[in-house]
Amino acid sequence: MNQNQEPTTIVRNAATGMEEVLIGEEMLINMGPQHPSTHGVLNKVLKTNGEIISEVFPQIGYLHRGLEKIAEKLNYHQFMPYTDRIDYLASMNCNFAYAMAVEKLASIEVPKRAEYIRVVMAELNRIATHLVFMGTMGLETGAWTPIVYGFREREEILDLFEMTCGQRLTYNYMRIGGVSDDLPAGFIDKARKFCDVLEQKWVEYNNLLSYNQIFIGRMAKVGVLPAELAIDYGVTGPALRGSGVKWDLRKNEPYSVYPELEFDIPVGTGEQGKLGDAWDRYMVRMREIKQSIRIVRQALDKMPGGEVRAKVGRIFKPAKGEVYVRSENPRGELGFYVVSDGTANPYRLKIRTGSFNNLSAVPPISKGTMISDFVMTLGSFDVVLPEIDR
Amino acid sequence: MKAQEIADKLKARFGEGVEFQDNPLTPFVRVKADAIAQVAQFLKETPELGFDSLMCQTAVDNPANFTIVYFLFSMKHNHKVTLKVETPKDNPIVLTVEKIWAAADWFEREVYDLFGIKFAGHTNLVRIMLPDDWEGHPLRKDYQYPATYRGLPL
Repeated sequence: MNQNQEPTTIVRNAATGMEEVLIGEEMLINMGPQHPSTHGVLNKVLKTNGEIISEVFPQIGYLHRGLEKIAEKLNYHQFMPYTDRIDYLASMNCNFAYAMAVEKLASIEVPKRAEYIRVVMAELNRIATHLVFMGTMGLETGAWTPIVYGFREREEILDLFEMTCGQRLTYNYMRIGGVSDDLPAGFIDKARKFCDVLEQKWVEYNNLLSYNQIFIGRMAKVGVLPAELAIDYGVTGPALRGSGVKWDLRKNEPYSVYPELEFDIPVGTGEQGKLGDAWDRYMVRMREIKQSIRIVRQALDKMPGGEVRAKVGRIFKPAKGEVYVRSENPRGELGFYVVSDGTANPYRLKIRTGSFNNLSAVPPISKGTMISDFVMTLGSFDVVLPEIDR
Repeated sequence: MKAQEIADKLKARFGEGVEFQDNPLTPFVRVKADAIAQVAQFLKETPELGFDSLMCQTAVDNPANFTIVYFLFSMKHNHKVTLKVETPKDNPIVLTVEKIWAAADWFEREVYDLFGIKFAGHTNLVRIMLPDDWEGHPLRKDYQYPATYRGLPL
């Protein structure tokens, strides 16, 4: 063997099933499937040279339940509880998107009051999941307090949901044609009170975490995602807006009653040195909480009376056809492609989720970064694994 | 731009290779299997079309064939188009669009995994959801549920 030639080793890569040639000090490290920073069951095979990552191979599918196959065996109403399990941190938003897709397919008119209730629930759920994100992002940087704060306020939202539909995580509250029940007595007052409290706490979170110098030191200029790359990989939601792209389906492709409500779209500004870094993505979510409070307040004020559910048969057969309907979920665009062949079950149902595409953009931007920074990069995308694996 | 106008532009450039179907809910353009890569390139690179985003890509197991569906979107112009490509059931193979939209990398791997449709020219066409040694493609209509996996009853 040539003296100058570095020794090579051949190792099987668990993510690709291929053999990897490692030169010199290079190593393959399995980060996951059980790792504190994975937000679920995700394995990342890292090819490293010392502390520097040269390549990332995400290995997904641990939570694949075959939701799309299950949908083909059930009628349209029966699939609703499964949509709760797409993104368990934002079940309301998933219910919402699925209901909209089927309503468009079967031309069902939804009562106005139901639309407003849906928007209130979707925005409260958006706040709840962003609070979890704030907490876990704190954990990733080594701060233990924010998660306690985040969960404290999230608890209030879960109480609101519990009094509405009896569930705290998988709500199954929305129905094709409306929502399952009207708001319970006292909901509106409690929700208003919560908005006032959260607005004050929001300032507290920023003082505690967002503008904390240690936190900024860990998040700024880390995991920079350029806008063109984001669009190329189909990145959506706060991750895309963090790169400075003003793109929100609630504004750009308005659905439900969003056109009647006033709110702004926060985007990344690069105020910590680099546009599209982990801090920008984090801050977009924090600012979205503020906008969601605005939306909830307006929706509560404007909510008309009347029915909350259109008359839809237990088993109904939409005419032959297909739709692709997308909505702005806390983790990006959730799209439902539903094909009807005129029977009571969907012929094909495809779920396009935000996290799936967002995760696919992580490997290209992680090349050449430190392993410890990789945790921030991945954490700032806020992926949820059941949504990726479906 | 309306779906009709986009389809007209494609018709002018590709002639017989494309066919517009004015489906009321989802109008789409049917593209011949051998033309998809050029059509995709054209849609992305023509400035007035500017389809920079592949929102979603999936497949449907129809009785007669497999259909690949592409949902394209232009962030610049805020318009969209749906493409469909049909491929026979006995040897399903379509040209990849991975080089044109990076998002297609994982979408195509998913379609390959769950439908068994091959994408010619894809750089890393391996299973993404299921284990490497899984048999069959679950989203096919004729899929038989296995009784065991690696000797374990399911």
